[in-house]
Amino acid sequence: MAIEVRIPTILRTYTGGEKAVNGAGVSLSALIDDLEANHPGIKERLLDNGDLRRFVNVYINDEDVRFIGGLEAELKDGDQVVVLPAVAGGSA
Amino acid sequence: MLTIDRATYDGIVAHARRDHPDEACGIVAGPEGSDRPERLVEMVNAAGSPTFYEFDSSDLFALYKEMDANDEEPVVVYHSHTATEAYPSRTDIGLASEPNAHYVLVSTREHGNNAGPVEFRSYRIVDGDVTEEEVVVVPELSRNPTEARGVS
Repeated sequence: MAIEVRIPTILRTYTGGEKAVNGAGVSLSALIDDLEANHPGIKERLLDNGDLRRFVNVYINDEDVRFIGGLEAELKDGDQVVVLPAVAGGSA
Repeated sequence: MLTIDRATYDGIVAHARRDHPDEACGIVAGPEGSDRPERLVEMVNAAGSPTFYEFDSSDLFALYKEMDANDEEPVVVYHSHTATEAYPSRTDIGLASEPNAHYVLVSTREHGNNAGPVEFRSYRIVDGDVTEEEVVVVPELSRNPTEARGVS
């Protein structure tokens, strides 16, 4: 089962510079564990205390996973996952 | 050094003035690896706040999808500070996630929505390190990308 995962510039140090890698898993949580097995260190950049980091956005087939179950969101063969760091900041 | 054309520079300043006292935000996209800020994209500040900005999650996705299709990247990521100087805050530094981008900060604290000089400064923010760089405003970006980088 292959799921294409698009990796943002800032996390490409974990994928040897690759913009996209293949992963596997029936849920986002399982996919992240699979990514970690092949690209050690990446999980820490996506999760904080077992939850998605506030300023990391993950999309499954164009949908923000926060609206479709978060880490429990289901995945199937051929799905595309996109990881994008939030563009945010401010004087506060 | 950031080399930017007058129209794009003025566009960023106008956006910051218009949205004052809330922070304005956006990007200038350009061909991947070119360091040419060619296409100004004003974004909505989903936080709608005078002290914070964040691109809306669906807008962000649509923007990156579009840039991907065009072989573009965010050459400039800009936002305004509306009561403080045009220098990256701790929040800005902690959340900066485009190591190749020029982070432009504009401050509207002096004149708000009105005409008048606006601080316009540019930085590289990599792994928490901030380096200010010179901003060179040119009438138009040179056609030759190499030459554009060398103009001073």
